[in-house]
Amino acid sequence: MSHPTKILTVDDSASMRALLLHALQAQGFEVVQAEDGIEALEWLAANDADIVITDINMPRLDGFGLIERLRSIARHRDRPILVLTTESSDEKKARARQAGATGWIVKPFDPEKLATAVRRVAH
Amino acid sequence: MTNDEILQIFFVECEEALGAAEAGLMSCRSGTADAETVNAIFRSVHSIKGGAGAFGFTALQAFTHGFETLLSLVREGSIALDDGLNDLLLRAFDTLADHVGAIRGQGDTPKDDALILELAAACDGMPVASADHAPDGPASAAGGEIDFDLDLDLLIGTIEDTHDVEPWLVRLRPLAGALANGGEPLLLLRELERIGGTVRAVETLTTPDLDHFDADCAFLAWRFDVPGDVERAAIEEIFDFVGDDCELLIERGNGLPAPALPVATTVAEPQAVAAAVPDAQAAATPHGAVKVVEPSARAEEKSAATSGGQSIRIDLVKLDRLIDTVGELIIAQAMMAQRLAASGLGSIDELTLLDGLTRDIQEGAMAIRAQPIQSVFSRVPRILRELETATGKRVRLEMSGESTELDKTVLERLGEPLTHLIRNAVDHGIEPADVRVAGGKEPEGVLRLSAEQRSGRILIKVIDDGRGIDRARVLEKAIEKGLVAPDASLADEEIDNLIFAPGFSTATAVSNISGRGVGMDVVRQNVKDLGGRISIESRPGKGSTFTLALPLTLAISDGMIVTVGDQTLVVPLTHVVESLRPQPHEVQGLGVGRQMLNVRGQFIPILPLEQAAGADGAVNSPCEGVLIIVDTESSGQAALQVDAICDQRQFVIKSLQTHYRSVPGISGATIMGDGRVALIVDVDGLVADAVRCVEAPRRAA
Repeated sequence: MSHPTKILTVDDSASMRALLLHALQAQGFEVVQAEDGIEALEWLAANDADIVITDINMPRLDGFGLIERLRSIARHRDRPILVLTTESSDEKKARARQAGATGWIVKPFDPEKLATAVRRVAH
Repeated sequence: MTNDEILQIFFVECEEALGAAEAGLMSCRSGTADAETVNAIFRSVHSIKGGAGAFGFTALQAFTHGFETLLSLVREGSIALDDGLNDLLLRAFDTLADHVGAIRGQGDTPKDDALILELAAACDGMPVASADHAPDGPASAAGGEIDFDLDLDLLIGTIEDTHDVEPWLVRLRPLAGALANGGEPLLLLRELERIGGTVRAVETLTTPDLDHFDADCAFLAWRFDVPGDVERAAIEEIFDFVGDDCELLIERGNGLPAPALPVATTVAEPQAVAAAVPDAQAAATPHGAVKVVEPSARAEEKSAATSGGQSIRIDLVKLDRLIDTVGELIIAQAMMAQRLAASGLGSIDELTLLDGLTRDIQEGAMAIRAQPIQSVFSRVPRILRELETATGKRVRLEMSGESTELDKTVLERLGEPLTHLIRNAVDHGIEPADVRVAGGKEPEGVLRLSAEQRSGRILIKVIDDGRGIDRARVLEKAIEKGLVAPDASLADEEIDNLIFAPGFSTATAVSNISGRGVGMDVVRQNVKDLGGRISIESRPGKGSTFTLALPLTLAISDGMIVTVGDQTLVVPLTHVVESLRPQPHEVQGLGVGRQMLNVRGQFIPILPLEQAAGADGAVNSPCEGVLIIVDTESSGQAALQVDAICDQRQFVIKSLQTHYRSVPGISGATIMGDGRVALIVDVDGLVADAVRCVEAPRRAA
């Protein structure tokens, strides 16, 4: 596998997308971005990403909904999915894990932490 | 993309979020909100909070946190939306808007301590969502991690005490869940190695025989030695994602670092002692059979970002340079057209084509600078709310034409006069509810705000259904202030226009709303500075309409090219009403050297431009030249006397002040097609001056 890890980020906030793009590209990842769960699903229907990073609060289809839908698709059952959360409380983490997330990234993130989290789940 | 650019994106996003939140809150107030409305408000505030955290705006972040918590309770239905809560949410919203303004450098960070307490108080007394909604399993996990924290605290003490740091002994046993949800324990092992860990032993005790082997389950446990100088938190961090799906034990080795003696170090784990199989060590190192390639750290491949891309940000300086150049292009084109016309080539196809293209480019460039008036209108609901609170009046806002586009500079400078007009309308125009009901009106006043483009101008109207202008009082005040003669008989419109006179204010007691030391004269000046005009239409008891007529752009205008003696002048077309060559009987003398023009029964002063332009050889009599009737805001109509009208074309305004100095009666200069400079007549200033000269002696008399 010589290609760089391809990451799909899903966030309705343009600035957050820009921050993710900036941070992930600087770490050598390939980045694709979607604005909400629906757009992410549509893109994933025709494409593949190594890792999905998704926000939770989004219009149309939120992060938990997206994970649920992805986990029900065989191809994405083992897809590493990280959720972006603003809280690091155990309850939030448990909720994310229960929803099917592989891990989480606590906002605000620094690029190093982000990359570490991504590498931790990058198969 | 630089950080600053990302920050700018965040600011734009904040504006959008604020707009969405406000719209949602307003429909909450009017009782038309549904679950999605509340959700949208929550999302907006949440998104601002996220960005605030990412960009380090701690005050904003702290404030949004309380706001968001309350909204989440409302969203979950734990707190019912009532009037009191709506009010609190709106006030929180206003403060949020101030916070956002503050981080953008517009104003100070608002004092929000009291409001934060209020928000917290609103959240309290209600079932706290977080505890209630925690699923069963994780609750125990939470307990487990709290224990870790306690351990950590104790350990911090130990670390400080003992300089001779012992290595960590880490035992981990991924459970079946660690493989679920796309988890991969192998990566965790590798991460342990990266921080210096070495495998000491692999426990294979629970591994079933092949018939019962389930590939989706985990069976092995590992023991690692991790150097003692690694922080415990760093080790725990690695297992952050797996939580209770991985048995984890971290403890200080007891001074026996030799991996050959696992028994001694793991007294607490009898099962593990029995399972230690040194032979398995080599085979079970993370770099075993499975080949997983590290995410490569190459950045050469450009990302294929699919979203966004609908707009780009342009430095305003660059844009202005472009517009400037387009101005020059128009001049150059005009010069060439003139040159060709002189050679008898004025009507060649190429010139027509170039003419069309130049115009297209100009319109395109102008369109880039244009922005929807929404950005100004969106501030109005808040102003109204504040006014409602201050006056106790209820006002319903109706807006139309929010998408009408205006030049950015015009927009930026429009806010102040518009705010003032709205304040005036609510403070002076709209009556208190009881007065309204007594007058047969709805108790709630209506303020209508509209914008539209009409014949090259933007018309913005502020309409209220209040009491209209009290003409008797305006006149009384004007006489008292010496603005008009006591015996003057003025038409209704003239009286209405008196409110624009400098220093005029009818409010008997200066209220803290309208009476902020800014009169309507300043409003008119502001509008005039934008090249616009303001007019008023009022019907007693029915309300008033203020109309602002603004130019589409400040840079390029349409003008009438006229000659006066040896000078060429430009009269901005926005002022021109009509032009005519008068019959001798239409011109009447008035005193020495003054003449009036009778236009359909109305007399207006004739102003020869000769003097203002310092021209020589101009015609002496109005009947020999041409009169251009112009309309001004301050002094009504006047007739400018010129020799001839040559042309009508677009011109690019160049400031005289920056290149020469300010000249009374002249607002700027432009470059003509033939390369010569022509002065632009400051119609308002010129007419006002002339009228003062005429009227001053009359009043003195």
